Amino acid sequence: MLRLDSATKTYHIGTFGGQELHAVNDVSFDVGDGEAVSLIGESGSGKSTIGKMILRLLSISSGSVFLDGTDISTFKGDALKEYYRKVQGVFQDPFSSYNPIFKADRIFKIIHDEFYPQVRDDEWNERVERSLKDVGLNPEHVLNKFPHQLSGGQLQRFLIARALLLDIKFLVADEIISMLDASTRIDVLNLLADLKSHGLSILFITHDLSLAYYISERAIILYRGCVVEMGSSDKIFKTPLHPYTKMLMDSVPRLDKKWSEGEGDVILKKEQPELTNGCVYYHRCPLAFGKCLEKPSSVETEKDHFVACWKVINQNP
Amino acid sequence: MSLEVENLKVYYQTLRGDVKALDDVTFGLNSGEIMGLAGESGCGKTTLGHSLIRLNPPMKFIEGSVKLNHEELPIWDMEKMNDFRFMKISIIPQYAMNAMNPTRKIGDMVSDLLRSRGLDFSATLPELKRRLEMVKLPSNVLKMYPIELSGGMKQRMVMVISTLMNPSLLIADEITSALDVASQKAVAELLVEFRDQECCNSAIVITHDISILYQIADSIMIMYAGQLAEKASAEAIIHAPRHPYTKLLISSLPKVGIKHTEKRLPGIPGKPPLLLNPPTGCRFRERCPLAYGKCLEAPPFKEVEKGHFVACWKEFEQNA
Repeated sequence: MLRLDSATKTYHIGTFGGQELHAVNDVSFDVGDGEAVSLIGESGSGKSTIGKMILRLLSISSGSVFLDGTDISTFKGDALKEYYRKVQGVFQDPFSSYNPIFKADRIFKIIHDEFYPQVRDDEWNERVERSLKDVGLNPEHVLNKFPHQLSGGQLQRFLIARALLLDIKFLVADEIISMLDASTRIDVLNLLADLKSHGLSILFITHDLSLAYYISERAIILYRGCVVEMGSSDKIFKTPLHPYTKMLMDSVPRLDKKWSEGEGDVILKKEQPELTNGCVYYHRCPLAFGKCLEKPSSVETEKDHFVACWKVINQNP
Repeated sequence: MSLEVENLKVYYQTLRGDVKALDDVTFGLNSGEIMGLAGESGCGKTTLGHSLIRLNPPMKFIEGSVKLNHEELPIWDMEKMNDFRFMKISIIPQYAMNAMNPTRKIGDMVSDLLRSRGLDFSATLPELKRRLEMVKLPSNVLKMYPIELSGGMKQRMVMVISTLMNPSLLIADEITSALDVASQKAVAELLVEFRDQECCNSAIVITHDISILYQIADSIMIMYAGQLAEKASAEAIIHAPRHPYTKLLISSLPKVGIKHTEKRLPGIPGKPPLLLNPPTGCRFRERCPLAYGKCLEAPPFKEVEKGHFVACWKEFEQNA
């Protein structure tokens, strides 16, 4: 349904913009109908940039994004509005998504005015209430309030309800639960799972691996703008192959295993210039060897499991 | 006991009345103990941490006593607490990322800080450098501005500054929440190393992430709506919780290896009560699946097993 083809985002940095920084470097993947794909990476890995490029909040430097076979960068005017009818995003900090001087339900009114001007008011109110019930909120408790009167979890679900009013096909969920408490967190996650079973495709951007595994069929591990490992989430979580993915898995705090039982220490990042050519993980990788100064290409080691690492490639010629 | 807190009450003064953010809290901390403090947002965990070091208005001390190494802490007195702050009791604040002065070089800022306590920067410098070595920061960070450091590096820098005077008690407020998993692990493990190297005697680690606490804490205390719900060793809280709230909280945590299609995790229905006029009796009553008549009275926070404190009538009944 949605496909990224060598999407790249380059920023020009330095005094005269002479240096280039690849925030997203040659990333390709696709998300099928009713599929949830997790995009996992540390801060600065480019995961949010990908989400913003899909939502057309950032322009693409090279490569393209296709929705049902059409390049989204060609959309203008009415076509772009149609695009937003199908594709919507929800972001990390729910408080900053609202204008604090207006009531929170103003976001529904804007959708009404912009996208459904032909719908009568009473019918629209019914739709809003239905959509609020869908996300597990009681309309009487949450309507007609200001953002500061609602909790983070409620505001976050408001935003999802807003997206649902548009009858969307694709949701970019950018770290939507990292700000929530453990008890509300799981409610929002279960809500996404329900929506998915009704055919919604989700790009779930997160740095929390256990949440990613809970919700998604496929996972993509990003490091410094490059895909290092990609495939079905079962394969990635049970048999991680890339040294970076392995290190991430060992760092996840778990309730069934203490860190001291695992092997491998976190190597704290030393600030070093990025290799212009070569593996992005070179400086932190415990297994790095000469070959890693060349850029590894992504290979399929088993069905639906891609890795970009020379060590792994050499073992599976 | 290194820290003893008895019947501590701290309220927030608002125009509509007092918000009872911390209501009758009693607990102790052993020497060398790292205690995790967990709960939902608004449960009073940060209020508890801050009330031990600095009562920011509108926080108001109502009653209770806090003893550090058998010495009474005058937490209600802003001025008198200055003798304790940084020297005997120290805090790594929430959002430590923004805790440093952006217009001063880090070394100059530390020097200002030491001078304000009547200490000499050059005499402390060797120890400061040793500590930086410990957290794997190069000593030239002292000549840098905070903006030149990454989030994880800033967090480690603030840890070094906060513990420079080997405080008896260190309060770490949400120090890992803004970090990536890898830096999270590094920072959490450093905290344990600080304790082992006696850079601080005991520590209270405030976080909403219980799985981090299981990794580093000796004991975990769970708070709910301004009161204590349960305190026990980390092992017991995770594997044999007794309070219904703790049980629900633990079971709602997603773990690596659980998928929604195979096992759907339950949430906790309802939401915490408002603390402006909290309900009488057990405050978890309305959300508790086990609540019964007795819960209309407030349960005491009692030791039901050695080192295992809980506030729940059902538990007392079963152990009677």
